[in-house]
Amino acid sequence: MIALSDYLIFSAILFTMSMAGIFLNRKNIIILLMSIELLLLAVNTNLVAFSSYLNDVTGQIFVFFILTVAAAEAAIGLAIIVLVFRNRKSINVDDLGSLKG
Amino acid sequence: MNFVIPAFAPAIPEMVLLAMASFILVADTIWSKRYQFATYYATQISLLVAGYFIMTSFATTQVITFDGSFVRDSFADILKLFIILVSLGIFLFSKEYLLQQKFFSGEYFVLGLFGVLGMFVMVSAHNFITLYLGLEIMSLSMYAMIALRRDSGAAVEAAMKYFVLGALATGILLYGFSMIYGATGSITLPEIAKIIDSGKADTVVLSFGVVFIVIGLAFKLGAVPFHMWMPDVYHGAPTAVTLYLGTAPKIAGFAILYRLLAEGMPGLVSDWQTLIIILSVLSMIVSAFVAIVQENLKRMLAYSGIGHVGFLLLGVLAANPDGYASAMFYSIVYAITGVAGFGMIIALSRTGNEFDKIADFKGLNARNPWLAFMMLIVMFSMAGIPPFIGFFAKVIVIEEVVKAGFIWIAVIAVITAVISAFYYLRVVKAIYFDKVEDETPLTPVSSELNWAVSLVSIALLVLGLMPSSLIELSYQSIGVQ
Repeated sequence: MIALSDYLIFSAILFTMSMAGIFLNRKNIIILLMSIELLLLAVNTNLVAFSSYLNDVTGQIFVFFILTVAAAEAAIGLAIIVLVFRNRKSINVDDLGSLKG
Repeated sequence: MNFVIPAFAPAIPEMVLLAMASFILVADTIWSKRYQFATYYATQISLLVAGYFIMTSFATTQVITFDGSFVRDSFADILKLFIILVSLGIFLFSKEYLLQQKFFSGEYFVLGLFGVLGMFVMVSAHNFITLYLGLEIMSLSMYAMIALRRDSGAAVEAAMKYFVLGALATGILLYGFSMIYGATGSITLPEIAKIIDSGKADTVVLSFGVVFIVIGLAFKLGAVPFHMWMPDVYHGAPTAVTLYLGTAPKIAGFAILYRLLAEGMPGLVSDWQTLIIILSVLSMIVSAFVAIVQENLKRMLAYSGIGHVGFLLLGVLAANPDGYASAMFYSIVYAITGVAGFGMIIALSRTGNEFDKIADFKGLNARNPWLAFMMLIVMFSMAGIPPFIGFFAKVIVIEEVVKAGFIWIAVIAVITAVISAFYYLRVVKAIYFDKVEDETPLTPVSSELNWAVSLVSIALLVLGLMPSSLIELSYQSIGVQ
């Protein structure tokens, strides 16, 4: 039997991985996008685990909304990445440093 | 299990906006070929219609519908009316800006209208799902709006940065929501408050949830140390978009702060108050010092915005209805002043010259004395110099903080306000005392812009001369007698 705490630890690990992916990654913007998806999946795991633990469907309904919005968010993110590539001919995070001050 | 049809009437303004935005989105493809301004006028009319529906059914009592997920009260209605007022101004300035910078397109207005819909949903949110959806409708529109100028490297970079940090912020906020849901078993705000008060919920999980929620909100509002995106985005985005995201969303941001912390978790004051104090004090101090060295006016206004968020949080950290009312007043004043500030940059900009550097303002008094005087009013109001409205906004939040017993925070607030007056006055000095060779008169491209910018700036003075009605409005809507 897998306990609630196992799920929570798993989602905390996912959360930390996505944070590391966003802040440590200096290479590719696509990885940023993947990390953001991972962050939302950590939230979803949490919600489903709580929902099953509490015997309450609200959490699972919330997950549907998050999944849908995440799809829309990814679409906009990829569109912006296309624009970045067209403007700079590169999708390196390090090349995104012209605005400073 | 029987299905009860919820009352739709309280959400009519939102439905009007949704229907109009969807209609304009489709109609724009046909209109844009023949009538250039049809989309613009349709957008303004939709806002006015939504405003009309709010006015005619103004909520005097709290109405909750859609199974507890949507609330309509006088707090929501007043904030929505101000969002409409500010958005009307934003679209008016934006139209002129987009025309003169030669990238006029209907998408700006459609996305802007969807953004306003998102703000409405945020203001009326009564559970986590509506709050999240409203936030995302607004944010997704804004990501696209920043990238609207596809050929500008700076704008695209700003969009990318805002997208990554905005998505990160929502992720953190949602993680907090999931914790609170796990501890209380509910996502409806008043129910959560009730369960927290009853003491049945696990306090460790709750504290975790509160920390994540406050960090997520701080990212969205741009409070130090989660402010790094603000200057870059304000600087990189086209001025019309900066005007949009620097003004109306702050009102909505305050609304979700109030809904979540004051309505959803009043029982956890001791947890979130400390966090808000840290955010507020850091924001005020960092913005006061970093803004001094900025050469770009949009960047300077971004740092000034961070400082304003710090002041807004002062009202929230007092953690009583008077404090929330003062913060509400501050958010409204901040949005109106922001329209005036960015509107001034738009009014003076030309094709090929954004007029967003402080050096551009040198000798403005010799080139256009009237607009120079208007800019003086805007800067004085932002700095909090009487008799302009910005002064009263600062005074009442500081007053509430003192009443709540945090004298040391009030002292820091006053000191940072004095320091930040320096960089506002630097602009005034450039306008009135710096000499410039080029003394050709400088007038806005259209008389409409001239009128609009004068109107907003004079409003700052008039409101400052009689601030009591606006202050009373905020206090009444929060429920303070």
